[in-house]
Amino acid sequence: MIPAAFDYHAPTTLQDALALLQQHRDDAKVLSGGQSLLPLMKLRLGGAGHLVDIGRIPGLEYIKEEGGVLRIGGRTRESALERSDVIRQRYPLLVDTTAVIADPLVRNLATLGGNLAHGDPANDHPAAMLALRAEVVATGPKGARTIPIDKFFVGLFSTALAPDEILTEVRVPQAQPRSGGAYMKLERKVGDFATAATAVQLALGKGGEIASVGIALTNAGPTPVRAVEAERYLTGKQPTDATIAEAARLASSAATPSADRRGTVEYKRAMSRVLTSRALTRAITWAREH
Amino acid sequence: MAQHTIRVKVQGVEHEAQVESRLLLVHFLREKLGLTGTHIGCDTTHCGACTVLLDGQPVKSCTVLAVQADGRDVMTVEGLEQNGKLHPVQEGFWQEHGLQCGYCTPGMMMTSYALLKSNPHPDEGEIRQAISGNLCRCTGYVNIVKAVQYAARQEQPV
Repeated sequence: MIPAAFDYHAPTTLQDALALLQQHRDDAKVLSGGQSLLPLMKLRLGGAGHLVDIGRIPGLEYIKEEGGVLRIGGRTRESALERSDVIRQRYPLLVDTTAVIADPLVRNLATLGGNLAHGDPANDHPAAMLALRAEVVATGPKGARTIPIDKFFVGLFSTALAPDEILTEVRVPQAQPRSGGAYMKLERKVGDFATAATAVQLALGKGGEIASVGIALTNAGPTPVRAVEAERYLTGKQPTDATIAEAARLASSAATPSADRRGTVEYKRAMSRVLTSRALTRAITWAREH
Repeated sequence: MAQHTIRVKVQGVEHEAQVESRLLLVHFLREKLGLTGTHIGCDTTHCGACTVLLDGQPVKSCTVLAVQADGRDVMTVEGLEQNGKLHPVQEGFWQEHGLQCGYCTPGMMMTSYALLKSNPHPDEGEIRQAISGNLCRCTGYVNIVKAVQYAARQEQPV
């Protein structure tokens, strides 16, 4: 399969890339890792007259903790996240997440920024970033602005990014002592989108209670779903089999999945419940040990 | 239709060509350079038959534009054999019967080659994880894993 004809641009500075986006606006798309965009264009499900490849712009791939924030460059490859010492030691939710995105070959090209900017509720990073309370940095012709992750996903394949903006950075609150996270995904095979998946990030208080918690679901609606009721219920409670089970039930009731070859609505909701329970347990274990 | 002049090193030899924006790397390799060892399988980023190394990393060449490879290094399955001598990875697939129909083999070998470069002595789990983006429809995974282990046992696997 061959994409419909388009023009390709390979700017070497962010300014040049932004100028191209301004010039072509809705007829332009940003090419990052290309692992979602190129398949869509080959299948002729989407496309653009102009692709602006940000692959030759220096300074968009980094992972660093700075001033209480984990900063990840927008074009950081999934494989770089997987291999990063700081991620492996301190951000278990991101370790779990990157390991189940597509397959190792795709992860050598796929980028964190692309995974989010694509706006696909079946992608795995959106739920992880909702649970982590991340912020997205969008750089446009007038400079950079910060978008809270709760405001980022506005619809199916649609985000708060303007046509002339590039997702240049993702910011995650720095890992604190006695915090932990987990991502549990049910997939039919390696590389498949989630039948159901849950991301959890939490911190334990002095008395072992859950001081704060973020819970979000993948592929459970037209946008990634934050399980607000479950979060509210669990905050301040001791983690026990009963409280975890109730939080998992509340989280699964926030899911509005569609029936497809991966299963019925009832099945997917049931799996959301199971995976939320497992993700909470795994995150709590990590938090107790770190 | 936009044309671009690209220079791509393939097995270390530079090739210059005029390509259309939408030309995929796999078609560039097969049709412009005649390197038909790289196979096209699913064409939807699933099967890994088209795996080549791009700057040393295994990627699916059906999901990379040829223009994206401008100025970069590509290695295809044709680059494994040196001076008429099979690479240990190729020998491994031969000795351990790591192929039946052979369609997935070039991609399997490129992924295995890259794995052994970064991890010369992988355990079985690491091998299976590394090739999890390469599908064998003959389901010959047991022998494929043995083939990679054979290559890893050689004096200088890569």
